[in-house]
Amino acid sequence: MESLTLSDVEQKYYSDLFVYCDVDNTKKVASNGKVLDLFRAAQLSNDVVLQITELCGATRLGHFGRSQFYIALKLIALAQSGLPLRVESLNSVKDLPLPRFVVGKNEQESRHTAMYPDTENQGPYSSVIPRPPGRVPAKKLSTHEVIQPCVSAVEPQPDTTSPVVSPHQSPPTSPHAWRKHKRQASGGAVDRPPAVAGAAWPPFREAQPAGDGMWASHSPPPVQESWVSFTDTPPSSTLPAVHPSSAQESTTVRTVASAATTNEIQRQASGYEDPWKITDEQRQYYINQFKTIQPDLTGFIPGSAAKEFFTKSKLPILELSHIWELSDFDKDGALTLDEFCAAFHLVVARKNGYDLPEKLPESLMPKLIDLDDSAGVPESAPEVGFSSSPVEVTPNKSPSMPSLNQNWPELNQSNEQWETFSERSSSSQTLTQFDSNIAPADPDTAIVHPVPIRMTPSKIHMQEMELKRTASDHTHPTSPLMAKPPELSEEKKLAAIKFPGSTVGDGYSSSDSFTSDQEPISSAVTRQRSHSGTSPEGLKAVAPPPPPPRPHASHSRSSSLDMNRNFTAVAAGTQQQAGVVAFPPAVPPRPLPTQTSVPHGHRPVDGDGLPAHSSTSPQQMPEQPNFADFSQFQVFAVEQPVDDGDTQQDGGQVEKGVDAAGAVRATKNDTQAEERTPATVNSAKGSTPLAPPPKPVRRRLKSEDELRPDVEDHPQKSSVVPGVLATQASIPRSIGKDKKAIQASIRRNKETNTVLARLNSELQQQLKDLLEERISLEVQLEQLRPFSHL
Amino acid sequence: MAVCVAVIAKENYPLYIRSVPTQNELKFHYTVHTSLDVVEEKVSAVGKALPDQRELYLGLLYPTEDYKVYGYVTNSKVKFVIVVDSSNTSLRDNEIRSMFRKLHSSFTDVMCNPFYNPGDTIQSKSFDSIVSAMMVQSS
Repeated sequence: MESLTLSDVEQKYYSDLFVYCDVDNTKKVASNGKVLDLFRAAQLSNDVVLQITELCGATRLGHFGRSQFYIALKLIALAQSGLPLRVESLNSVKDLPLPRFVVGKNEQESRHTAMYPDTENQGPYSSVIPRPPGRVPAKKLSTHEVIQPCVSAVEPQPDTTSPVVSPHQSPPTSPHAWRKHKRQASGGAVDRPPAVAGAAWPPFREAQPAGDGMWASHSPPPVQESWVSFTDTPPSSTLPAVHPSSAQESTTVRTVASAATTNEIQRQASGYEDPWKITDEQRQYYINQFKTIQPDLTGFIPGSAAKEFFTKSKLPILELSHIWELSDFDKDGALTLDEFCAAFHLVVARKNGYDLPEKLPESLMPKLIDLDDSAGVPESAPEVGFSSSPVEVTPNKSPSMPSLNQNWPELNQSNEQWETFSERSSSSQTLTQFDSNIAPADPDTAIVHPVPIRMTPSKIHMQEMELKRTASDHTHPTSPLMAKPPELSEEKKLAAIKFPGSTVGDGYSSSDSFTSDQEPISSAVTRQRSHSGTSPEGLKAVAPPPPPPRPHASHSRSSSLDMNRNFTAVAAGTQQQAGVVAFPPAVPPRPLPTQTSVPHGHRPVDGDGLPAHSSTSPQQMPEQPNFADFSQFQVFAVEQPVDDGDTQQDGGQVEKGVDAAGAVRATKNDTQAEERTPATVNSAKGSTPLAPPPKPVRRRLKSEDELRPDVEDHPQKSSVVPGVLATQASIPRSIGKDKKAIQASIRRNKETNTVLARLNSELQQQLKDLLEERISLEVQLEQLRPFSHL
Repeated sequence: MAVCVAVIAKENYPLYIRSVPTQNELKFHYTVHTSLDVVEEKVSAVGKALPDQRELYLGLLYPTEDYKVYGYVTNSKVKFVIVVDSSNTSLRDNEIRSMFRKLHSSFTDVMCNPFYNPGDTIQSKSFDSIVSAMMVQSS
């Protein structure tokens, strides 16, 4: 091949043409089809064309490589200039004008029918050769238009496989049988759509004659043409004007495309536009498509519907998946109008051969702007477009996508400001708003007061209850009582607590609730009893509907009478009094100290009971007798509060147990008492979690209750729990309001629940420990046996 | 800092597995496969508790001399496994958790794609990019 030197202009021109012809993107052009068309368009005789072909070596190769193509073009220019075709003249002739190709409308049309409408391109054919590339980076190129130098839409993407060309190929496969716009044979530039083209064209025209440069970045608008085929869009009407070509209006799409192309051209003329911009026509088309799926423009298209729709485009699922990823901006599995337009735009681009971008172009970013006013008017200042951005947008929809620029090349010129940011912000806002919608869960109603509770939840409840009480009632003393119960959760303190608690409670109850609030007590008691569901005892008319029947670990059972009795008994106890005295001053949050002190105080009273009790676990057996005694008290104390309806059986049983089954009972009582005390102490609310334990306890309590009347000298019986319960009962009564009472009872129940739950866990742990000890002891025994035998 | 990231479906076949190519990929595939046993064990151990209480992050599944394997299982029994190189400065637990969070969120995005059929291998570019970011950070 002879070397060929081309001027810059020639180089550009030729490359554009090559790209145009290189529909297969194989970097070589078959010696038929476009090439021939092109040559024919050069208005050369066939002989000349043949000669040129031979000269450039295409006949040898069978196809036109790039160099051959260039040579051919040069020869064409030579021929057109009237110069003899000679290889030597390729380089010798200077200032050779660029080959001119006049594509007859017919040809174009015929071609167009097969290809995407290239409206604009066609127009200029006659008059303006260099179609404003800007028009459509891709569109124009659709077929013949490209022929013109300006068509060089390819220019912008020389690297791509002539996007311009490729679209042509794809059209047939475009979804929905996109019909190519027929190239309107629009006569020359005149046909340009008045609105859009008008302004742009003239400049184009002028530029074109120059022949140079029109290669404004045509980004491949072919897509636009292709997409058009989806449906007919109204805007197309405007387009026809633009379309110089296409006699057949096979589809409005064409018109749309043409309009789009026009716009693009204009755009391009103005400058390099964002290739991913959507023209107004396109946008309108997309919107119409959207409406077919989702009439509400502000609504969403669900993923499944979108999937079906885009599957029609026959793009591979992988690519559709990628398109979806790009376009579903907020990742919600549905497409808004903006997202849909973006997706559609990408599909069209892909169909036209453009590779999908890695990330969504800015111009395609969905915006929050409402798209209602998609005027779809091409004129949207395409020219305006120029800088692509605002222009397009403004005229039409505010929405994001504005414009047209048909340049889609992967290069996202993201200059398009607009939407991207607004959209992002909006979406981010929506996202954030969504997040913010997750309101924090309502605080536990039980926790009414942010009391600096020390530890166990029971305490919290106790505190709450205390607060409630205080707020509602004077029952200040109850707080210490309440506070104490939490403490009672600890085994060791259980006993102690019970006593002090009971004492205190007794004291208070006697003093307060007892004296003043018989009713409240009874009501509370009854309520609690109702919880436990075991109190057949004189339940006084419970003001509020009894809370869910739950065995109150506390003194629920003690119907006022019992309680009263206990309280009186307790009050009688000096110890309790002492304890009581100690308690009132105690700050609610600090029941421990008082409690701890109390146990000490009680120790002497209880004698072995307490210590026995505390050491019960390890030494249950040996100390059972003491234990038993102690347990009696404890049981009483515990049972009373716990057991609303417990009959006196437990009391009686306790008595018996103490004597006979002392050990067993003692242990049981201990544990149960322990269980109960905390439970009762805490809230005297039947706790579901501890349902099982309380049951036996309840029985004991009953027996103890029975005992109680008999054993008046069990001040401890009063136990904190009963006292607490009494107080608790009294409080609501004193309040005398159903709601408050209910709330209070609810709170207490919750507290009781938590306390009992804790208690349960602790007891289980104790049980485990005890079992282990037992095992160890047994082992020891085994070891000792042989010796003994020996 | 991962040398290998794998997404295993509920039926214990891989939906996505990617390793730092410089190393023996087969070794990592095998490691991930064996780690599934540990995952199952951990999941069943917590299974007795309410599903709500089961934490998604499983933590270190088992360490070997060369690397450590971390696991994460979603509520739909899709497992994520990350293999990190022990030679790297030990990553804090939080970092591993954040990596799993990112994986999980990217995975949900893939799931939301109507064109993705659950059970298919994951061929999402965004998912790939996130995994690449995680692997690039590491060695």
